[in-house]
Amino acid sequence: MNIVIIKYNAGNVVSVTNTLNRLGVEPVVSDDPETIKKADKVIFPGVGEASTAMEYLKARQLDKLIVGLKQPFLGICLGQQLMCAHSEENNTACLGIFDLRVKRFEGALKVPHMGWNKLFDTTGPLFQGLPDEAFIYFVHSFYCELGTETIAKSDYINQFSAALHRDNFYAIQGHPEKSGQVGQKILENFLNL
Amino acid sequence: MLTKRIIPCLDIKDGRTVKGVNFVELRDAGDAVEQGAIYAQQGADELVFLDITATVEARKTLVDLVRNVAREINIPFTVGGGISSVQDVSALLNAGADKISINSSAVRRPELIDELALQFGSQCVVVAIDTKDYGQRNMVHTHGGRTPTEIVTEAWAYEAQERGAGEILLTSMDHDGVKTGFASALTAKISRKLNIPVIASGGAGTMEHFYDVFTAGAADAALAASIFHFKEIPIPSLKNYLKGRGIPMRTEL
Repeated sequence: MNIVIIKYNAGNVVSVTNTLNRLGVEPVVSDDPETIKKADKVIFPGVGEASTAMEYLKARQLDKLIVGLKQPFLGICLGQQLMCAHSEENNTACLGIFDLRVKRFEGALKVPHMGWNKLFDTTGPLFQGLPDEAFIYFVHSFYCELGTETIAKSDYINQFSAALHRDNFYAIQGHPEKSGQVGQKILENFLNL
Repeated sequence: MLTKRIIPCLDIKDGRTVKGVNFVELRDAGDAVEQGAIYAQQGADELVFLDITATVEARKTLVDLVRNVAREINIPFTVGGGISSVQDVSALLNAGADKISINSSAVRRPELIDELALQFGSQCVVVAIDTKDYGQRNMVHTHGGRTPTEIVTEAWAYEAQERGAGEILLTSMDHDGVKTGFASALTAKISRKLNIPVIASGGAGTMEHFYDVFTAGAADAALAASIFHFKEIPIPSLKNYLKGRGIPMRTEL
């Protein structure tokens, strides 16, 4: 299987690569448009800041490329946020695959939301074979609001979209590559789409 | 609900884990990667690898160790020990570490915290603080606890946060290795003042000590070494006990 991880200035691609290796897949890390277009599946990881990441994608016209992709596509963490319409993080216009806004956590609890939290109301093939309330590892200060494309929720200060799905596009806020057996199962399910 | 984290700490010397009492008298406790993998399977929420040799020759060994850990282990892990530059951090993160922990180097040059947060993001910058109780004041120590400083612990923790630290790893030298409980009062004081997570370390001897540090101590995570290495408290038993007492815990893996 030809899996491409999009290379850009955000993201811990080492962990994603290691998890895919454990699943018997050797991904290619690339920012080359032709390589990305030809992939069977594309993974869009991300740890970083929204506006810098968007500028980087635009400078390489990867923004236009991503929204036009037809194969199964998975955004992780900042990747999910960049797939939404707008982020409050430095007031950034994002890719708009999901018509949702990304907001900053505001409340009495510490920010970032860091650690293991439960998913609930999960639906769809990404969560096949997992219990209703599985734990995954999160590290984020901004969250995607709930919407019709929400396929998993989690709760910290308020409920938010822990995963999203529209057509070939999937996204997850937590880090499946760092979430033990549960996370590995989510990535395995994505590979099996 | 966000769960409290249980974090086994593996002190590393020449690629193997060791554990001392009050920072000295090292005792071999096994292979680091293997040990880490076992903890991950048992439900550890994160791992910390502290390289206590931290000599120049040991740096390359540490990067190799991190690469092996990252290949084998699918939960977050932090690496610390002798890290003093952006280049050090870059090498460790590229090898697969999720977070790095700095201690003496941050005290020596606090701007290092700003530089690392800017370059790599706060989420991967853990500032470790070794603190000793002098009755009236808690003071920061460096170099594995050997060197006292004139810095007040609470003020340093706050400064670390303001400079961009993503977490504080607070080790009470008075409690470390003696198994009489965490320094809950100091942990609570710092955790309630800060808006970033505080990991309590030093003093774990019983399951109740963890309960205390998560309640009275207001800790976000608790770190321990020997009670896990020498199998005095199995991680699943600890997590079930805490969950039974109402502490949010990840018990289903």
